[in-house]
Amino acid sequence: MLKAIHYINQFFGQVGGEDAADYRPTFHDELVGCSKMLNEMMDDVEVTHTIVCGDNYIASNTEEALKEIIDWLKGQEFDIFFAGPAFMAGRYGVGCGTVCKAVKETFGVPVITSMNEENPGVEMFHKDVYIFRGGRKATFMREDLQKMASFAQKIARNEELLPAEIEGYFPRGIRREIFHPEGIQAADRAVDMLLKKLKGEPFKTELPIPKREKVPVAPPIKDLSKATIALVGSSGVVPFDNPDRIQTASATKWGKYNIAGLDHLPKGKFKTIHAGYDPEAICEVPDRGMPVDAMRAYEKEGKIGKLHDYYYVTVGTGTTQAYAAKFGREIAAELKEAGVDGVLLVAT
Amino acid sequence: MAKEIEKAGIPIVVLCNLLDVAKSVGVNKMVQTVSVPYPLGDPEMSPEEEWKLRYHRVGVALDALTKEVEDQTVFPTKI
Repeated sequence: MLKAIHYINQFFGQVGGEDAADYRPTFHDELVGCSKMLNEMMDDVEVTHTIVCGDNYIASNTEEALKEIIDWLKGQEFDIFFAGPAFMAGRYGVGCGTVCKAVKETFGVPVITSMNEENPGVEMFHKDVYIFRGGRKATFMREDLQKMASFAQKIARNEELLPAEIEGYFPRGIRREIFHPEGIQAADRAVDMLLKKLKGEPFKTELPIPKREKVPVAPPIKDLSKATIALVGSSGVVPFDNPDRIQTASATKWGKYNIAGLDHLPKGKFKTIHAGYDPEAICEVPDRGMPVDAMRAYEKEGKIGKLHDYYYVTVGTGTTQAYAAKFGREIAAELKEAGVDGVLLVAT
Repeated sequence: MAKEIEKAGIPIVVLCNLLDVAKSVGVNKMVQTVSVPYPLGDPEMSPEEEWKLRYHRVGVALDALTKEVEDQTVFPTKI
């Protein structure tokens, strides 16, 4: 029987929602929340402890949080480490990845988590951690935990671990030489692939090269004092009645709002509709999320030529990369048209 | 969003809390914010301190628009 320890966030650890996101790590020898479900799924692995930690705490105090967790783990016996599943929750995914990576580097045990492909944690940690392909939200809890549990069972039983695609985790970029299962020689496979390519049929490379799109740095602004600067954001700061009905999560649209003549964004006239964090601080002072006041001050001082008359905003939680790219293209077209020279984008 | 705006040739600085996320998606110029629920402020501070902080970080970001960089760069803040 192997022993495992399971890391979850404040929400699944039943501490609280966004209000508890600063919660420091706590360690439980009585399993909490979904740890129980995970434990029940495995015959050969026993989950002995749950670690619960707030998403903001691990994101903003990473070093301290990791130190607390690693120090505690040093006193424990375990063979496997689990985290999540984190679904599409960005901060939770990054937290799971951060902890898993540190645990693997310190203890050398297998580390297993699960995230949706849109979770930024996948891109950041897929090379270091077994991240199983997960659902978009917590309704996939059982399914996602099952994938993590089945894989841990295979490890416990010393079964052969197959390539990422078959096991169901995101490829780690590790190549291992194997004999072709049907014994077809490399030359034959290459010619088959070439023929398919010539006929325009789909084919699959055996040596995928990961690519990451890099955008060339746009030429810097030469004279800020003559430049028009626009504010863009994903903080969900909108006029109080949310006139464009931008969704509070998984947004499919953005809005642009006139700020000509405004020295700041007054409370009660603007608010945030973002459902991914506690809105209280921004609703109280909307400039905390969209700094019109500071920009206007720099305009008056002459540091910048002009603050563009509109700001552009969406809600950046659960928003797919495809939509984010689309919003970016549409907003860029408007900015070009308006002769905007530079942009500050406040992300949440 | 930032990448598409930069692709259009408009210089852009992203102010965000999770710098590693911004780096992994390929943002070129970054300034760190205070936190997710209050990027450019802090309810724990006095209004004067908070204003100084916001004014400072926005200023750093504006200056970053004028800087030539080779690779992904995080511009340091003092407050």
